[in-house]
Amino acid sequence: MHIVVLTKPVPDPAAAAERLGPDLRLDRAASPSVVNGNDEYALEAALKLVEAHGGEVSLLTMAPPNATDTMRKALAMGAARGVLVTDPALAGSCVRSTDEVLAAALRELTFDLVFSGFDTSDGNAGVVGAAIAARLGLPYLSNAAKILPDPDAGRVRVHRITSAGYDVIEAPMPALVVCTQVLGEPRYPSLKGIMSARSKEIATRSLGDLGLDGATVGGAAATTEVLDSRKPPARGATRVVRGSAAEGAAEIVAMLETRRLV
Amino acid sequence: MPRFWVVGEPNADGSISKLSTEVATLARSLAADAGGDAVGIVAGPDPASAASGLAAFLATVIAVADPDAAGHAWSVPAAEQVAAVLDGDTDGLVLMGAGPDGRDLAGTLAVLTGRGVLANAVGVRWDGRLVVEMGAFGGKLVTSSGFTGAGGIVTVRPNMVTAEPLPAPGTVEGRPSAGAGRLPRVAVLEAVEEAGAAVPIEEARVIVSGGRGIGGAEGFELVRELADQLGGAVGATRAAVDSGWIPYSQQIGQTGKIVKPQLYLALGISGAIQHKVGMQTAETIIAVNRDPDAPIAEFADLLVVGDLFDVGRALLVALRGRTG
Repeated sequence: MHIVVLTKPVPDPAAAAERLGPDLRLDRAASPSVVNGNDEYALEAALKLVEAHGGEVSLLTMAPPNATDTMRKALAMGAARGVLVTDPALAGSCVRSTDEVLAAALRELTFDLVFSGFDTSDGNAGVVGAAIAARLGLPYLSNAAKILPDPDAGRVRVHRITSAGYDVIEAPMPALVVCTQVLGEPRYPSLKGIMSARSKEIATRSLGDLGLDGATVGGAAATTEVLDSRKPPARGATRVVRGSAAEGAAEIVAMLETRRLV
Repeated sequence: MPRFWVVGEPNADGSISKLSTEVATLARSLAADAGGDAVGIVAGPDPASAASGLAAFLATVIAVADPDAAGHAWSVPAAEQVAAVLDGDTDGLVLMGAGPDGRDLAGTLAVLTGRGVLANAVGVRWDGRLVVEMGAFGGKLVTSSGFTGAGGIVTVRPNMVTAEPLPAPGTVEGRPSAGAGRLPRVAVLEAVEEAGAAVPIEEARVIVSGGRGIGGAEGFELVRELADQLGGAVGATRAAVDSGWIPYSQQIGQTGKIVKPQLYLALGISGAIQHKVGMQTAETIIAVNRDPDAPIAEFADLLVVGDLFDVGRALLVALRGRTG
């Protein structure tokens, strides 16, 4: 079974240094890059499935050329190879360009399943998976809490989280699955994994390689633009109360009453 | 004079979702500011109930009955029906909820109609063009964005506006299905309900939430009693869900349930960033935690330092005394 995991390098949320540049695009120099956290969960789910069913996991990334550094960490977790789509014209891409480019790159690959993370920690949109599935005519299975492929039958079953519990949904493969953190914690790369990742193949593709034109995808063709940005309004100071349980409860009731919440 | 389209999302029982009524209310005010109009679309195997529910908030609602969609996941066939209704209106702005269903539909509709997407709006206004406020980097930054051309898709976070019905309900116009689309359907084999999910947490006005400090499934009994007493829903951190104390439908944080209730009462929750991004825009945050230095101390309105069970039980007594 072959699984392609979409992985995006994002500014490290733990460094808390994310900012936009004067062009209102992400200032990639301001912050160290890491593999998007939710993509690591998708990768972990993919690795577990190929361990159980055989096969191979590969990565697909659209990012600047130095993204190979972050891709190596995902390769160290156990992915076999990677494809990096990189092109100066892709800076400032909107959701529509991103899904068009990733769909074009997927057309060159052979796979049973494509996994995407729930969303990215920088933009948080979480709509690219559905858009890629629509472009490629793949069945789209989202919010996966459990992924149960049946390679012999050529079908995949997913537990999709709903507001009331979950739906059991099923479709033929190849298919695109949006993963959630419920699937389980990503592993740490082993020393052996880190060593072997150094020699794994990362193929690069430009827009031209994919038969796309920088005039119709990427920054020049963006459908959306950032107009301005600012820090969110600070929350008021925290009132800290120490004392008996009854005193604490009384403070809570007082705040609920003042704010008309009871 | 753009048209604002509202895609109505049906609940499991066929009624209109609360979030869709909020989006409809927002679309009416945008239409008034922009000099356009607002029209609802409900598509599904049996859209009648959701369409009439949405018509309480919009003068015109188009209901597309798509019998072929029965037994299948909602978003893809619904997006194909919505695209057929939108056909020709390339300037139209399409609004929907930023819940799991709306998000799925937005991605599909973007490709079917060639529109851009601005996702998870926390504010939308008309200023000669549509201006959409969104959080970036887990809420560390707020951006204002717009579409570079006419037309676009916006998904709207819950509790951004208060739903207000029209003085008199609008009309529902039935449309035949545009037929089975070209995109593959996904079969729904079974819908499993889990306990503790009586009120969808995205829509709840009050959420009482428990974390690792709850210590076990039985500990959530107190959380439930407090939620019942306050008329709210029960939420949880990933640690509590992973431990099997409460179903994952109640999980709040980076995995997807982003909530904005009027009151968030956090019991035994440290407030790590993965949880914070799911609840930081709650209007009032009250925390009970043993550790005065827990991260939640930096963004709660009130932190009661103490044992969550002692304080929680005392709070239950105090609240019951008030109403009794």
